Amino acid sequence: MSQNYRLENVGLINREKKISFKFNKKKYYGYEGDTLASALIANGVHLVGRSFKYHRPRGFFGAGVDEPYAIVQLYRNNETDPNVRATEQELFEGLEAESVNCWPNVNFDIGAINNFLRMFFPAGFYYKTFMWPRSFWYKIYEPIIRKAAGFGKASIKHDKERYEHKYEYCDILVTGSGPSGLASAYAAAKNGAKVIIAEEKSRYGGSLLTSDVNIGNQSGLQWAEKIITELKTMPNVIVKNRSQVFGYYDHNMLVMSERVSDHLPNTEKYTPKQRLWYIRAKEVVISSGSIERPLVFGNNDTPGVMLSSAAKDYIKLYGVLPGKKPIIFTNNDSGYETAIAFEKNGIDPIVLDTRRNPKSAIITEAQNLNINIKFSYVVVAAKGYKKVRSADIAEISDDKKTLGKIENITCDCICVSGFWTPTIHLASQSGNKTVFKKEIDAFIPSKPKQNETTVGSAKGIFTLKETLNDAFENGFNLSNKITNKNIRQSAPSVVEKITSSHDKFWCVPLPKGKNYKRFLDFQNDVAVSDIELALREGFRSIEHVKRYTTLGMATDQGKTSNLNGLQLVSEVEKKVVPQVGHTTFRPPYTPVTIGAIVGREIGKHSKPTRKSPMHSWHEKNNAVFVDAGVWLRPRYYKQGNESLFQASKREAKNVRQNVGLCDVTTLGKIDVKGPDSAEFLNRVYTNAWLKLPIGKARYGVMLREDGIVMDDGTTTRISENHYHMTTTTAQAANVLSHLEYYLQIVWPELNVNVVSSTEQWAGAAIAGPKSRKLLEKLFPDKDVSNEGLPFMGYTEGNFFGCNARIFRISFSGELAYEVNVESNNGYFMWEKIMEVGKEFNIQPYGTEALSTLRIEMGHVAGSELDGRTIPFDNSLEGLVSKKKDFIGKRSLEKTAYTAPDRQKLVGVVPLDKKTSIPEGSYLVKDANAKLPNPKLGHVSASCWSVEYDNPFSLAILKDGKNMIGKKLFALSPLKNKKIPVKIVSSHYVDPEGKRVRS
Amino acid sequence: MLYIKCPYCGLRSQNEFAYGGDATIKRPNLNQEVSNTEWDNFVYLRKSPRGRHLEFWHHISGCRQWIKVDRDTATHEIFNTYKANEEV
Ligand SMILES: [Zn+2]
Repeated sequence: MSQNYRLENVGLINREKKISFKFNKKKYYGYEGDTLASALIANGVHLVGRSFKYHRPRGFFGAGVDEPYAIVQLYRNNETDPNVRATEQELFEGLEAESVNCWPNVNFDIGAINNFLRMFFPAGFYYKTFMWPRSFWYKIYEPIIRKAAGFGKASIKHDKERYEHKYEYCDILVTGSGPSGLASAYAAAKNGAKVIIAEEKSRYGGSLLTSDVNIGNQSGLQWAEKIITELKTMPNVIVKNRSQVFGYYDHNMLVMSERVSDHLPNTEKYTPKQRLWYIRAKEVVISSGSIERPLVFGNNDTPGVMLSSAAKDYIKLYGVLPGKKPIIFTNNDSGYETAIAFEKNGIDPIVLDTRRNPKSAIITEAQNLNINIKFSYVVVAAKGYKKVRSADIAEISDDKKTLGKIENITCDCICVSGFWTPTIHLASQSGNKTVFKKEIDAFIPSKPKQNETTVGSAKGIFTLKETLNDAFENGFNLSNKITNKNIRQSAPSVVEKITSSHDKFWCVPLPKGKNYKRFLDFQNDVAVSDIELALREGFRSIEHVKRYTTLGMATDQGKTSNLNGLQLVSEVEKKVVPQVGHTTFRPPYTPVTIGAIVGREIGKHSKPTRKSPMHSWHEKNNAVFVDAGVWLRPRYYKQGNESLFQASKREAKNVRQNVGLCDVTTLGKIDVKGPDSAEFLNRVYTNAWLKLPIGKARYGVMLREDGIVMDDGTTTRISENHYHMTTTTAQAANVLSHLEYYLQIVWPELNVNVVSSTEQWAGAAIAGPKSRKLLEKLFPDKDVSNEGLPFMGYTEGNFFGCNARIFRISFSGELAYEVNVESNNGYFMWEKIMEVGKEFNIQPYGTEALSTLRIEMGHVAGSELDGRTIPFDNSLEGLVSKKKDFIGKRSLEKTAYTAPDRQKLVGVVPLDKKTSIPEGSYLVKDANAKLPNPKLGHVSASCWSVEYDNPFSLAILKDGKNMIGKKLFALSPLKNKKIPVKIVSSHYVDPEGKRVRS
Repeated sequence: MLYIKCPYCGLRSQNEFAYGGDATIKRPNLNQEVSNTEWDNFVYLRKSPRGRHLEFWHHISGCRQWIKVDRDTATHEIFNTYKANEEV
């Protein structure tokens, strides 16, 4: 099909470059510089979708961000994007798009039956109808509504595209590159300010691209090109197109979405598809322009009815005719610009002007071109289903209440202009209380709350001369506050046509006996009658009317519909518009992809992955890893076809019998230094710290102020004023913040410094009866005998040329040591220990074996210190000093904490000695009691005891102290298990702790 | 996103900070007799005013200092910031 609606020699498209694309699987051609919308119109395609509720045919209404109709599903780069505005999507070779909201296809849509049933679809329909019977909602109504509703489908595939975030700081952010934006950016940049100017479209210039004006001795378009070219060369200016500033947040933080690659067939390597900019600006110049308002009349949603400014854009930007028999229906002078654009390209339009006898230069120009103008005339209704075929028109009385005789005239498009609505979204989001300006029937910004200044038509200035003067002045003043350079640019002279005032008319009355739908919100199918109904039903607040009728709630956020909706409410309610107020503007101004919001923070990038220096050794030796906080730790080292269960059992057994090696680098480490360190530790930990000698380690428990255990670990006195604290892997960051809080806020008089040293040390735990023999070989010069290095002892040594710290501490309950070397020596240390340990049958062990070992020893870990337990619950009361005060001590006096039947740590063994007890199981007296079965406790950790070769679990049990020897049931409704169990001591293996001291 | 002036680092974005709650709370001294009510008030009771509020923030991804921020919780206006040990 050829481009029958394309004009020759008009527009800013590149006719040298022909582009093929597909719409609804059919192939068409357009040119570089087209949007999908302009290319489709050039090909005579006017039906692009179906409306949301009634599935009425939808064409093109606008030419930009305000587009309510032409929402398509886009296919690009083996991906698909829903909710793409055809008016914004630039054409590229191979583009494919499809209509949404229609099934089976756009020409024959089953949902359109809603249109014929529309008397049954009034406002609030969904709220009123599908309420009963309740079960029908889930089973019948909702699936049908879901199939019928929505604007396209999100891809369910993983999005392979790349999205980036960027932070930028500037003196002045200018949001829009129309005349007011260019002028203020230029004035500010010339005055030395760091400026960012953002344009949402691909082309800079805004209204200057299509308006018939002169600035200085050039056309408006030439002036815009000159300014933007100069701005681009300035080092203090960032110029961005395809970039929508969509949100204005606190403290002058604005967020902008840049469509970096959406206009290209493929995203280039190392280039994002979209980039989200967080911009902190000292001053914001809002130059977001204005959007034309529709006029409301019967069937005004028929394809072929479009904004007059959009029609002008299609002609002048893209060289495309929206129709060959146009009607221009206007209440102001803007419609004449469109009429003249048609006329100059060989198409005779008819102008219907609602005004009685307006006079202005542009009307005279239109009259001189012999354009057919009918004053005091309106379009009563559009005729045609999938495309406008004709229009019923009539004269209207001066009070706008009475229609004259209705005539029908043939036409193929109706271009409407109901005057201009300033785009105040950003100003409103910033907290600016907007005010209603009667002369333009619209809201404009008033007193700013943050550092923002609105310029140009966004604040209701509609003449170019005034716009430029005001923008140059603001650009200079705002920049001079920051730069103080006093370099002032004078505003250029302007030649433009002075216009006459608009008619305060927006809605054509219904002719007698006709019940045409007159739409306000084109995307959500909200008609005049829906608003009237909502008001009759008692809705008063505009926010309620909005939600009940869905006016302005679609993806276009009511850009074209809000004000007419307000006009209607104010008329029916006999209030003035400012009394009705407008609904809240919330970001984003235009839809933003989830990909852009998430940026690079997806999958493994959402948080850093931390690996120990020995990670590659673990990888080479078949480690299966597990996430431990942000760390990756070996869970077990797989040999042959071993299962997790078999491997961890083998590894744990080897620790009990020979010697094992475990990577403990991930443990949090904090250096505590300063003369008051002992006093500080004494306040932080529950036990006594003042008398810990140099070269000794001590196990400590720290509480929160509410008495709950926060963390545990060993801390070693390295020298007089230097302690090495360890924390659990998970709590490392919290503990550091906690210590800093007390040092900086509560006890600033203590001379202590803390710093994380987790990354500085690689740690290896050597555990098992043969560990001392191994240590002797590793440190031949050192006395590591039970006397030389006793339990909880500390020494420093030379590990084959590396500095090493040796701690005799044990988590496994076996004779054990922990060797730390500087991180970069970690791999060497690990390999060396494995090599030297060979003769003692050393094996590496992972977290699963580590758990087994600590569980059967009754050592508590994160599953017991779960933020709900006090020291007593974990059998740690022996560590709670009665003599001194410490963080959280006072809370331990609470009645509940001292109750005689307080919960306590116990061991649990299944009676059959075979059935493993799922972690999280409840302990109850009677397995078959009526629900809710009183819960006595819960199983916190389970393992297969390698010592006794049967399952063993730890549990926190009510009155646990007196429950040893009793029989209970472990219930796991999730796993459908009821296991008879016996309560035993939590110290299942080596209860006297002989091994660690051996 | 708030723009918070750290007394040590200058103006920094909110995402470098962690919120630390009511800064008017004073911990009872160590080894001091405290009634149940007093202690419970210290541990659990925090004001959550709509309006001006003195609060702690921790410059956790910066200098790691705890600071005091005098902020309006309704408008997000920040009137002033202080070092942790400065009396306000
Ligand atoms: Zn700081």
